[in-house]
Amino acid sequence: MSLLVELVSPERVAYSGEARMVICRTTTGDIAFLPGHVPFIGVLASHPVRVLQEDGGELVIAVHQGFVEVSPPDDDGVTRVTILSDVAELASDIDAGRAQQAKERAEEALRTDPGDREAQLSLRKAEVRLSVSDAA
Amino acid sequence: MPGAQERVLRRRIGSVQNTKKITRAMELIAATRVVKAQQRANEARPYAEHITQVIEDLSAAGAEVDHPLLRPLGEVQRVGVVVLAADRGLAGAYNSSVIKAAEREIQAARSEDKSYDLVTIGRKAKGYFAFRNYPISQSFEGFSENPTFEDAARIAARVIQLFEEGGCDRIDLVYTRFISMGSQEVVVRRFLPLESTERIAEGGDATATAGFEFEPSANAVLESLLPRYVESRLYAALLDAAASELASRQRAMKAATDNAQELIVKLTRKMNQVRQDAITTEIMEIIGGAEALSDDRSDPAELLPAHLDSNPFPQHLASRHATGPDRT
Repeated sequence: MSLLVELVSPERVAYSGEARMVICRTTTGDIAFLPGHVPFIGVLASHPVRVLQEDGGELVIAVHQGFVEVSPPDDDGVTRVTILSDVAELASDIDAGRAQQAKERAEEALRTDPGDREAQLSLRKAEVRLSVSDAA
Repeated sequence: MPGAQERVLRRRIGSVQNTKKITRAMELIAATRVVKAQQRANEARPYAEHITQVIEDLSAAGAEVDHPLLRPLGEVQRVGVVVLAADRGLAGAYNSSVIKAAEREIQAARSEDKSYDLVTIGRKAKGYFAFRNYPISQSFEGFSENPTFEDAARIAARVIQLFEEGGCDRIDLVYTRFISMGSQEVVVRRFLPLESTERIAEGGDATATAGFEFEPSANAVLESLLPRYVESRLYAALLDAAASELASRQRAMKAATDNAQELIVKLTRKMNQVRQDAITTEIMEIIGGAEALSDDRSDPAELLPAHLDSNPFPQHLASRHATGPDRT
């Protein structure tokens, strides 16, 4: 029994590797996957996805929108967790300085117009990016 | 001292040689880029496959949504034509064939008294249709060789808007499908409305789908998945078009390089012939002159002006010339 995690963006497979556990947040709440999890499809919220690796390390990925699919275990007992996302970034891809600036810009925009949907989204994105790059 | 004709030929050879260098460089650039484009298309495949897979799972779970993207194709009043061409020319028949196919679509719509919306991608398509006074609803340019997913998402958003709010009943995509390095094909595909989820699911590999759990619900997942599916299909088409463009350009530039080489050989032959002719004529003139002189004076040296003491025309040379020109 093992868990294979794949992070698939439209342009490439950004990450692929084995893991002990994957923790992510869907639109209805947090959920964790262990090997042998029931087949599952969920819509992800903008939140860091945590991948606990075999060697005890932890990988954090910023996922802004997308889906998670857990396929039924195959004949070797491997459960595949596939994260499909338009915008998925590993901590190493994140420019913390830029995210910080984006956050300040969004906050500024929200001060003048608290109902600005676009600013709310970019603020959320920036926060997720920062929390991922801090965790690394 | 080269003659006038020879000089002209020499200059032409030089310019053809320069052109050849340029086309050769463009050929090599296109060749490396087409490899990269193919690689990008391959890297994009897992995402498209997974999305199709998820739709398949959803369809197996019986998800049904009344999504506007899935509305059945009824009476068509207004057609949307999205044409994917290149930003730059020098790619053989690539642009013209895809543009011609799009124009045929528009003519067909016109002849059936349907109205149409035209969306152009690539500078060449925009130029062609704008010049001929076709109304262009949207145009995108600047990324035909190297499309990113953001480009695809941007275009998809406008196309979906055209479909949902702009009154288009059907959207067709006209692009060049990349089959292999040697063959590409212009295709017209129905882009929207989407086929039913069952039809999409048939496209995927039919693995048994055992009781999936959905969060928040199968319908909600499907609803947020469909726009992603549209984007991913458009992105795949953009990548195909980019690879086709580069392959066409490589072929066109290879043909141009070969032609230039052929022209250089031909012109060089011509130039050599002209030069040889000029030399022969010159020698004939000299001999003719010498012969004429030697007729009425026994000693050619007598002809020389007094201040030239050397003999520019020794007897042994004159006799050699009389037997015919040596190679010079």
